[in-house]
Amino acid sequence: MTDAAQLPLWAAWVVTALALAGAGLSLVGAIGLLRLRRFYERVHAPTLGATLGMGLVVGASILFFSLLEGELVLRDGLIALFLTLTTPVTLILLARAAVFRDRTEGSEDVPADLHH
Amino acid sequence: MTADAVLFWSLSIALVMLGLAMGIAAWRIVWGPRAQDRVLGMDTLYLNGMLLILVFNIRAGSQSYFEAALIIGLLGFAATVALAKFLMRGEVIE
Repeated sequence: MTDAAQLPLWAAWVVTALALAGAGLSLVGAIGLLRLRRFYERVHAPTLGATLGMGLVVGASILFFSLLEGELVLRDGLIALFLTLTTPVTLILLARAAVFRDRTEGSEDVPADLHH
Repeated sequence: MTADAVLFWSLSIALVMLGLAMGIAAWRIVWGPRAQDRVLGMDTLYLNGMLLILVFNIRAGSQSYFEAALIIGLLGFAATVALAKFLMRGEVIE
């Protein structure tokens, strides 16, 4: 390992708790992707990791490097900001593409059209 | 336990969890059943890969791979949007 030994023990535990919670939420989201039955249910599951899971891991990273370098290091906030902006866009586009494909095929398993 | 040992072992567990999540996403990519499921699996795969790099950074105590995580985040977004567009229209740029 590295010079992480300079960190106080409480800080190590806080970083640990944040990182483990974030990784755990991502895993729960992935299990949802595996186990849910329909595409329109599955599309919700990975967002657990993309929002709160990602936020917790980024928080752990910011806390760790801020304490290690003795100043506020907000670089990882860039990833959090970018993912928060893009995740809803990508998933709404994907869901709309799936709805379009299912409607074109005349599938029964499509959410109702609210515009007509 | 020292701070060093706490971080090393718990972050190893976090890495295993994220690796498992990537494995599940890869399963979705391979066994579909439909194209939109595969795209969703790829989205999950790159997201968890990015988180894996962030946790690995903390465990290694260096920011060497920060740019890699940022680039995966950027390119993954572009890739998923392009694939969703392709599923809807059959073409990416019309």
